[in-house]
Amino acid sequence: MKYMLMMHTPRAGFENAGIATWPMEDIKAHIGFMKRLATDLHAAGELVGAEGLASPEHARVVRAGKGGAPEVTDGPFAEAKEFLAGYWIVDVPTTARAYEIAARASAAPGKDGVPLNMPIEIREVMSPPPAD
Amino acid sequence: MTLDPAVERLLRDATPHVVGAIVRRYGDFAASEDAVQEALIAAAAQWPRDGVPDNPRGWLIQVASRRMTDHVRSETSRRRREALAAGPIPLGLQITDGVDVEIDSVGDDTLILLFMCSHPALTRPSAIALTLRAVGGLTTAEIARAFLVPESTMAQRISRAKATIKSSGVPFGMPSAPERSARLDAVLHVLYLMFNEGYASSSGTAVHRTDLSNEAIRLTRAVYRLLPDEPEVAGLLALMLLTDARRAARTGPDGELIPLDEQDRSRWDRQAIEEGTSIVSATLPRGSVGSYQLQAAIAAIHDEAPSTDTTDWPQIAAVYELLARLSDNPMIELNRAVAIAMVHGPSAGLALLDALDSDERLAGHYRLSAVRAHLLERDGQHGAAIECYRAAASRTTSVAERNYLLMKVARLST
Repeated sequence: MKYMLMMHTPRAGFENAGIATWPMEDIKAHIGFMKRLATDLHAAGELVGAEGLASPEHARVVRAGKGGAPEVTDGPFAEAKEFLAGYWIVDVPTTARAYEIAARASAAPGKDGVPLNMPIEIREVMSPPPAD
Repeated sequence: MTLDPAVERLLRDATPHVVGAIVRRYGDFAASEDAVQEALIAAAAQWPRDGVPDNPRGWLIQVASRRMTDHVRSETSRRRREALAAGPIPLGLQITDGVDVEIDSVGDDTLILLFMCSHPALTRPSAIALTLRAVGGLTTAEIARAFLVPESTMAQRISRAKATIKSSGVPFGMPSAPERSARLDAVLHVLYLMFNEGYASSSGTAVHRTDLSNEAIRLTRAVYRLLPDEPEVAGLLALMLLTDARRAARTGPDGELIPLDEQDRSRWDRQAIEEGTSIVSATLPRGSVGSYQLQAAIAAIHDEAPSTDTTDWPQIAAVYELLARLSDNPMIELNRAVAIAMVHGPSAGLALLDALDSDERLAGHYRLSAVRAHLLERDGQHGAAIECYRAAASRTTSVAERNYLLMKVARLST
């Protein structure tokens, strides 16, 4: 079963109280943690893909306008309290295992090494129809 | 499957010649290249088990030819079936036999293929992928891994690239003399981007990454052997060697970026530096100076210096000025500002940056903020430097860069 694990970060945190204000050792520890997580998932054959997303200030919303031409706007998420910072897609035998991975990611160390306990949204990825 | 390095090398070196021989015989570049890929995969499976044949190239040509014959046969019968249903076969779709000339033209084949794969109608990522397959002999799976995309995506990208070449109607042959220099520029640009793709991401979060930089160096070496008198080919090879020489020192244990001035220079690859330096010093005096040679010259000046403080910054600033005259690129001006700051002090560099603020091509680019932050830091304006480092961190799309910039913020804040 494939699951998408989405890491949400509070917007306020990113801009003024987030990682950009941590001491260097804490940033290093956080980066090292994320790297180890990716390495471990890969080694276990569970990692399908993972990406970190660039800062939300570059995010745009696109709708098809007249004649299908792209109509690009900045909103509406300017007011959003949280944004998607990155995701993992994992292929695991059970839902419990997906929860386990999510809990590990959630506890990534923050300032002074205190676990961030970030909310990780889990969604199952749709699968092809069963074989006849 | 792990292949003996000697066998792998043999296969990879043979690739352009085998593709050339098959295309010349059958005329259809796209199908020929597929047939060679199948032959390479067959060789990789059989040779380790049965031993390397006496004439490896002949073996590959024979196996690829057999695949081509099968392909032509099934295409013919498919068309016959379609023709029965849809009327006569249009003349243009009928199969014409390629001229069967077997000249020993290994070098020409490599060049012709490189020219083809750098076709101006292709996007640069497609050109890089096709070059890696048709000239480099990498499998689609390996290329997909290098670009971190699914194999089916890469297969599709490669087959679309080949369709583009087919519809552009370029013949399989050496471009005419007047066209050649423009086409060579495109080849060098593709090799340069291939190198950068590997170099820039060597510190990313990717766990497995086929070494694109080494492949770019190998192919550029091949071009250099074939065209030793083209100064920009020499310049590009030197630039790659001199840049790659610092690779081991460029990242820390956690994959974090280490800037030039903080690198442990004893970890630089002396042999690569020597080779790159001797190539660029032999090339520059010949007079036809281009941007790869100048960039290589700058890299050589850095690589020869024992530290940042003992680096010949006036000379670097002078070479950047020459570069700026060759091409109107704000990134060059940005780098020149750093060199000027090292010679005349940070405020001289910052003044140059102010002039770049109005350049639309740099608007909102993280590099402008990052360089400004760096110069402000050198100038002792820590508060303003922190602001600029933060702005740069939020704008970069590279994880490693972002982490580096965040560390700078953290270091200045304590």
